[in-house]
Amino acid sequence: MSKTINLTLKVWRQPGSEAKGAFETYQAKDISTDMSFLEMLDVVNERLSVEGKDPIAFDHDCREGICGMCGSVVNGVPHGPQKATTLCQLHMRHFADRDTLVIEPWRSRAFKVIKDLAVDRSAFDQLIQTGGYISANTGAVPEANAILISQETAELAMDAAACIGCGACVAACPNASAMLFVGAKVSQLALLPQGRPEAAKRVQAMIRKMDELGFGACSNEAECEAVCPKEISITNIARLNRELIKAAFGSPF
Amino acid sequence: MNWIIRTLTCSVGKKLIMAVTGLSFCLFLVSHLAGNLTIFKGPKAFVSYAESLHSLGALILMAELGLLVLAVCHICFGIWLFIGNLTARPVGYAVKKNAGGRTLSSAIMPYTGLFLLVFIIIHLITFHFADRGGKDVYYLVHTTFTSPGYVIFYLIAMIAAAFHVKHGFWSAFQTIGANHPKYMPVIKKVGLVFSLLVGFGFGCLPIYLSLS
Ligand code: SF4
Ligand code: FES
Repeated sequence: MSKTINLTLKVWRQPGSEAKGAFETYQAKDISTDMSFLEMLDVVNERLSVEGKDPIAFDHDCREGICGMCGSVVNGVPHGPQKATTLCQLHMRHFADRDTLVIEPWRSRAFKVIKDLAVDRSAFDQLIQTGGYISANTGAVPEANAILISQETAELAMDAAACIGCGACVAACPNASAMLFVGAKVSQLALLPQGRPEAAKRVQAMIRKMDELGFGACSNEAECEAVCPKEISITNIARLNRELIKAAFGSPF
Repeated sequence: MNWIIRTLTCSVGKKLIMAVTGLSFCLFLVSHLAGNLTIFKGPKAFVSYAESLHSLGALILMAELGLLVLAVCHICFGIWLFIGNLTARPVGYAVKKNAGGRTLSSAIMPYTGLFLLVFIIIHLITFHFADRGGKDVYYLVHTTFTSPGYVIFYLIAMIAAAFHVKHGFWSAFQTIGANHPKYMPVIKKVGLVFSLLVGFGFGCLPIYLSLS
């Protein structure tokens, strides 16, 4: 049954990446509990526009939980209180009438705030450019059984590949580390035969890039895993570590 | 050689140093605790344990130097990581909640570590480099633990050690890549039991001595 709730929002407003930001308080009135979190922000923004005020900037695209574009920290938790859910898939029925919600952007040295809640995550793109790919010519569609891999391995690779690159792991990490993201990308390729030839180069290059971009180092807090909308496991970070050890001590370079 | 430096100074490499040195300290703690517990067999047993250690001569010196190198690495890389991680988020959150991964022992890791550093320095000054004036080591230990201030300081340090080990133990395995669905649950349990052993094992000594 749909009902409506009233909320108080404390939203981080920052006109530009170099500008000083501050929290502004807004009333979100008559919000249907069937709305998603982003739809609730849309409603607030419509009212702001009508009043001639600057609407709140926030990232979004698919609104289906698959593109990785959305995300803000809601009351201290990236993507809000619901487990395994992106902000766009978080429904307002998870909040109670007269709740106060503090909404902040991802905070990390490597992610700059563009405006309000919109955050520049091109650091992730740079990481992918450093090694999140294979350079084999894949040609035409190959015969499915030409390279045999076990069901378990395929599942592990698929689980790692489920990462949508939203950056919640960095936002949640007390050290603003990107190791869950990098661990997922390294794992998804390292687990499959097509990814093996470049595995050693990839893991070394991606870790170097990650450090260079200003991300912190993992201290195994597991906060990333707890907030990840795709439930990427920290066993992928262990695999990243394993891959680095293999690459450093086993490869000729 | 270049590749070793490159590996050990990257974020994962620094963590590897922390893991390997940390696990070595776990082994050291086991032997130290086993030695200390001889005190329950009476002053004689404790003194003869200490003397047999000293009779090892060059071997014990090498072990001490080894521990010193491990300690310097663990401390320097730990501080390096700690500062790096602090600067990775220049603007903090107004509201930050634990989402379910963080534990008390993981959250206070750098602080328990720094506290243990202070403890170890004082511990070495009181017991290792002390001028015993011809008295045996049991006498030294016994008189030290008659001071309630030192006992309390020692007990707090042992609680800190237990917390440090609780997160550090499984964390070290995760860092060296040994996270496996079959073994990780066991590793976590062993870590918990070991941390309790460290806390209670070392902690019972000053209590026993100050009461006896
Ligand atoms: S690992 Fe999870 S939290 Fe991190 S970017 Fe990928 S999907 Fe988002
Ligand atoms: S908008 Fe695409 S995942 Fe939320």
